[in-house]
Amino acid sequence: MSIDKRITEDLVSKGIGFVTTVPCKQLAGVIDEIDRHPEIKHVPSNKEDEGMGLCAGAWMGGMRPAIIMQNTALGVTLNTLATLTQFYRMPLPMLISYRGELREPVACQVEMALHTKALLAQMLIPTYHFHKQADVEELPMILDHAFMSNKPVAILTDANFWGGYGDQ
Amino acid sequence: MIRSEILKDIAPILRDQLVICNIGIPSQELHAIDDQSTNFYMLGTMGLASSIGLGLAMVQPKPVIVIDGDGSVLTNLGTLPTIGNNAPSNYILLIIDNGSYGSTGDQPTYTGRKTSLTGMAKAAGCDRVVECQAEDTGAVLQEALDAQEATVIVCKCESGNAKMPVITMDPVVIRDRFMKAVQA
Repeated sequence: MSIDKRITEDLVSKGIGFVTTVPCKQLAGVIDEIDRHPEIKHVPSNKEDEGMGLCAGAWMGGMRPAIIMQNTALGVTLNTLATLTQFYRMPLPMLISYRGELREPVACQVEMALHTKALLAQMLIPTYHFHKQADVEELPMILDHAFMSNKPVAILTDANFWGGYGDQ
Repeated sequence: MIRSEILKDIAPILRDQLVICNIGIPSQELHAIDDQSTNFYMLGTMGLASSIGLGLAMVQPKPVIVIDGDGSVLTNLGTLPTIGNNAPSNYILLIIDNGSYGSTGDQPTYTGRKTSLTGMAKAAGCDRVVECQAEDTGAVLQEALDAQEATVIVCKCESGNAKMPVITMDPVVIRDRFMKAVQA
């Protein structure tokens, strides 16, 4: 099973039926799988904080949500994470493309990578870093953790995990 | 008419519906006029009322009315294409367009000048967009509920705020009672 399919199946097996996405090249395959999956409502959003609003509404409506996004957008979501997701105590798995890490070909991406874990730590967001493909085995546990604790949870997936974005 | 007068006017229509209400004075006004467990008050996060309402409308069948403002829609303009391409028939976005940022001291927004949210909503792909004057809001809102069609209402009104107390209810209480009302 491809890594994209496996991630999608894990989301579905944990009851996630609403996924919003803002694309990243590393996430193209998983976004395709999500879009095709009959049990997932996929709503592309134009900005990541908008997507977190959609997820908040879906969760209050009784559907488990998730957001798929790139780490470069973390900054624009900080207020939403603090004043909506965390303030109202809502769960939100965030599958994040961790650009700017090992095997990254675009220098500018490194700039936000330097801040990514520091910002997540400052926000007290449980953070998991997938660097090798085998790390995906933890995904179901991480999803359980998000919905058990009613918290946003970040899963950082770097180029090495996706098989080497920078090697193209 | 100012926003609080419109909210008083439409309170009997809102009472039985799921309502997502915009941050700041709009939520304070609605809370003071007619607090209901079916109201979700935003205490922060400017701009996301329309997005929260859309997510809610997409996963359950009850009608959802979002009370938003021109300033908040302008700050999250990407919401209009998402609504235009995804909104289900139970979604109503009521933009109370008073041409100003009410909660911060009535500074003017661009909708009081050359910008039309009605035009922008239509261009974004929203099929049913109704612009109305403040006094017609109740009738237009009831029509939208009866039509059972995704609707964006742009209600043009005067700038101004009523003096209402800050909402001190805990956010988790607001959210929990709202979720129970959704399930009821």
